[in-house]
Amino acid sequence: MSNIAIRIEHLSKRYELGVINTGTFFRDIQSKMARFQGKPDPNKKIGHEYYDGADSFWALKDVSLDIEQGDRLGIIGKNGAGKSTLLKLISRISAPTEGCIKIKGRVASLLEVGTGFHKELTGRENIYLNGSILGMKKKNIDKIIDEIIDFSGIEKHIDTPVKRYSSGMYVRLGFAVAAHLDSEILIADEVLAVGDIKFQQKAIGKMNSISTEQGRTILFVSHNMQAVQALCNKGIILEKGKLMKNGSIDECVSFYASANNIEKTTHWTGSNGDSNLKVYDAKIDPITNGLLLTISFEIFTENLDYVFSVMFFNKDNRQLCVSTASDFFSDNDYNNLKKNGLHTIELFVDTTIFASGEYYLELDFAIHISKRIINSDIRLSFEVFDQRNHRHKALSRECIIEPDWDWKLIN
Amino acid sequence: MMKQSITPANTEPEETWTTVLKPEQRLLDLKLREVIRYRDLIFLFVKRDFTTQYKQTILGPLWYVIQPLISTIMFTFVFGNLANISTEGIPYLLFYYGGTMLWTYFEKCFKDSSDTFTTNADVFGKVYFPRLTVPISRVMINMVGLGIQFALLVCFYIYYLITKSPAHLTWFAFLFPAIVLWLAALGTGMGLIISAVTTKYRDLKQLISFGIGLWMFATPIVYPLSQIPAKFAWVFYVNPVSAPIELFRVIFYGAGYVPKEMIVSSIVMSLIFLFWGLISFNKGERTFIDVA
Repeated sequence: MSNIAIRIEHLSKRYELGVINTGTFFRDIQSKMARFQGKPDPNKKIGHEYYDGADSFWALKDVSLDIEQGDRLGIIGKNGAGKSTLLKLISRISAPTEGCIKIKGRVASLLEVGTGFHKELTGRENIYLNGSILGMKKKNIDKIIDEIIDFSGIEKHIDTPVKRYSSGMYVRLGFAVAAHLDSEILIADEVLAVGDIKFQQKAIGKMNSISTEQGRTILFVSHNMQAVQALCNKGIILEKGKLMKNGSIDECVSFYASANNIEKTTHWTGSNGDSNLKVYDAKIDPITNGLLLTISFEIFTENLDYVFSVMFFNKDNRQLCVSTASDFFSDNDYNNLKKNGLHTIELFVDTTIFASGEYYLELDFAIHISKRIINSDIRLSFEVFDQRNHRHKALSRECIIEPDWDWKLIN
Repeated sequence: MMKQSITPANTEPEETWTTVLKPEQRLLDLKLREVIRYRDLIFLFVKRDFTTQYKQTILGPLWYVIQPLISTIMFTFVFGNLANISTEGIPYLLFYYGGTMLWTYFEKCFKDSSDTFTTNADVFGKVYFPRLTVPISRVMINMVGLGIQFALLVCFYIYYLITKSPAHLTWFAFLFPAIVLWLAALGTGMGLIISAVTTKYRDLKQLISFGIGLWMFATPIVYPLSQIPAKFAWVFYVNPVSAPIELFRVIFYGAGYVPKEMIVSSIVMSLIFLFWGLISFNKGERTFIDVA
C-alpha cells in the first residue's frame, strides 16, 4: 500500500455560464428529446457529442496529481486559475465533470471560518454544531471542548449567544474549532486569512504542528506567497484550469514569481479604460538627462473630474513619487483636456535625480474620488545610468535618489 | 510531474480508498451509511432548530398548538356551524384538531424537504456533509411539534371520554406511530423530488406555495370520507394523504371507513415517492451548487 492520501486523475470541471430562463429550459428539453429519440442534438456544437450548455467554460481541465500523506500542499495561481474549484471538488461540494478523485481518509474543508454558526446559539453550542458539520463526532468534541475554548481565548463569553460577539471573537471561535479538527485531510482556503494576524498565525502554527506530528495532509490556497511558503512543503501552480507545475513549494513560488514578472517595455499600445476614457498608447523615449513620456488617450464623456497621474516605482515595488498632469495644467488647458476626442500629453522626466538602477512607471488615470479608470496593465520600465564622473566609486552606498546638488568651495 | 501517465490497473497493489469521487455515481447508492455516521449532526440540527425557533418569543413552544387551535376554531365555525358538514358524530374539536394536526405535519415535512437546497445553499457551498441530514432533522423536529400537539389532543380526548361523547378509542390506536411515519415518508419523499427538480428551475416552488392550500381541501380534513359522492372517490385514491388521515380517525375515534385498497395504494405510493425522492435528491446534491 502506498502512502498516497489523494489521487486526482484527469480531473475536469465545466461550469455553465449565462442566465437560466425559458431559453435554457427549451434547449434542455430539445436536447433531451433528441437524445431520447437517438437523433443528433440540435444544440450541440460541431465536434461535441452533446449540447453542453449555451455558454460554458472549463474551470479545470485534465488535472492529474498525487498528494502524499503528510504533505502540506500549497495551491498557487491567479484569480480564476481553478484553485477554488479544485478545493470544492476535493471537498465534495461539487461533483467533477470528468475524471475522478480518490481519497484516503476523512476530509474537512475550511473554506470559511465558522461555517454553520447560528447566531442565536451560544459559543459552546456553536462549537458542537460547527465541529459536527466539519465531520467530528460529539464524543470527540466532548474530549477537546475545553482545549478549544482555551485556544479561542473567549472563556468568559462562551455561554453567550454568538450574535453578541464582536467579529474578532466570532473568527477566533471559528479558528479554534478549525485548528482542532481530527480529520486526516484538511482543506483551507485563504478566506481563513481574515481576523487578527496574531491569532491567525497561532492557528496556522497549530495546524502545522498537527500536520507534522500526526502526518496530516493539508491543502492550502492563498495569494500570499509568504503564508504559503511558511505552511507548505509542496506546491502546485494552476493556470487557466491546467496544472502548470508540481514540485517543492520553494520551486513553485520562485517559478510563479518569475513567470509573473512584468515584461520590460518602453512602449505600450492597446486599449485600456472604461466607457469614459480609453488609453491607446504610452511610450518612453530617452533623451539627454531624462526621458520623454508620451500618452495618447480618448475621452468619451466630457468634463468629468479626471485625474491624470503617473506613479514611479523602483524595482522593489517601492513607490517613489507621483506626478499629476491635471494638477500642473492651467484651467484652460485642463478644460481642453477634458473635452471629447483624442488627446496626447507629454511629460519630461528629469532622471538625474534618480540613483542608477531599474525603475518602472504606471499610469493612474481616475475620476476624482469615484473610481480608477485603468488597471495596472500599463507599465513602462526604464533604466537610469550614472553618467557622472565619480572620483571615488562607492558601491555600498545604495540610495534611491542621487541629486546633482551644487557644492561650492568657500575657502 | 509525479504521475506520468495512466498506470496499468494491475501493477499497483489494491488501494483502499475511503472515497472515490466521480462524475456519475451509481443511481441506487444512497450513502445511507454516511448519514448514520453523521447522526450526531442530525441531533444537533434538531436541537438547534428547536431552541432557536422560538427564541425571543413570549409564548415559545406554545406556538406549536396555537396554530392548529385557531384553524380548528375557524373550521368549526365555517364547516361545522355554517356549512353543517357532518363529522360522523365526533365532537368538532376532536375532528378538526386531529385532521389539522396531521395535515400540518405532512405539509411541514413536504415543504421543509423541498426547500432543503435553497435554504441551505450557503452552508452547502462551503462544506460537505451528507445533505440528507437536513431533511431528516426537519422530519424529526416536525415530529417534536406533532408530539406537543398530540399531547394537547390527548387532554381534549380525556375530557370527551369523561363527558361520554360518542368518540371511542380502538386498540388500533397503537398504530399511531406507524401513521406518523407513513405521513413523514410521503411528505418527505415528495418534497425531496421537488427539491431536486427546483434546483435549476424554480417555477415549481411558485406552484407549491399556493397549491398546497388547495390540496388540503382535496384531503378529508374538514369533512369525512363518507360524505364524498361516489363519482369523486377516485380523487382520494389519487391523493395519497387521504388514507392515513382518515385512518387516524377510524382508529382513534371509532368513526368513518377507509377502503383497504386505498390504504394499500397510499402505502405503495408513499414508498415509491420516498425511494424516488431519495434517488433524485442524491443526484441533485452533486451539482446543485453549480446552478443554485
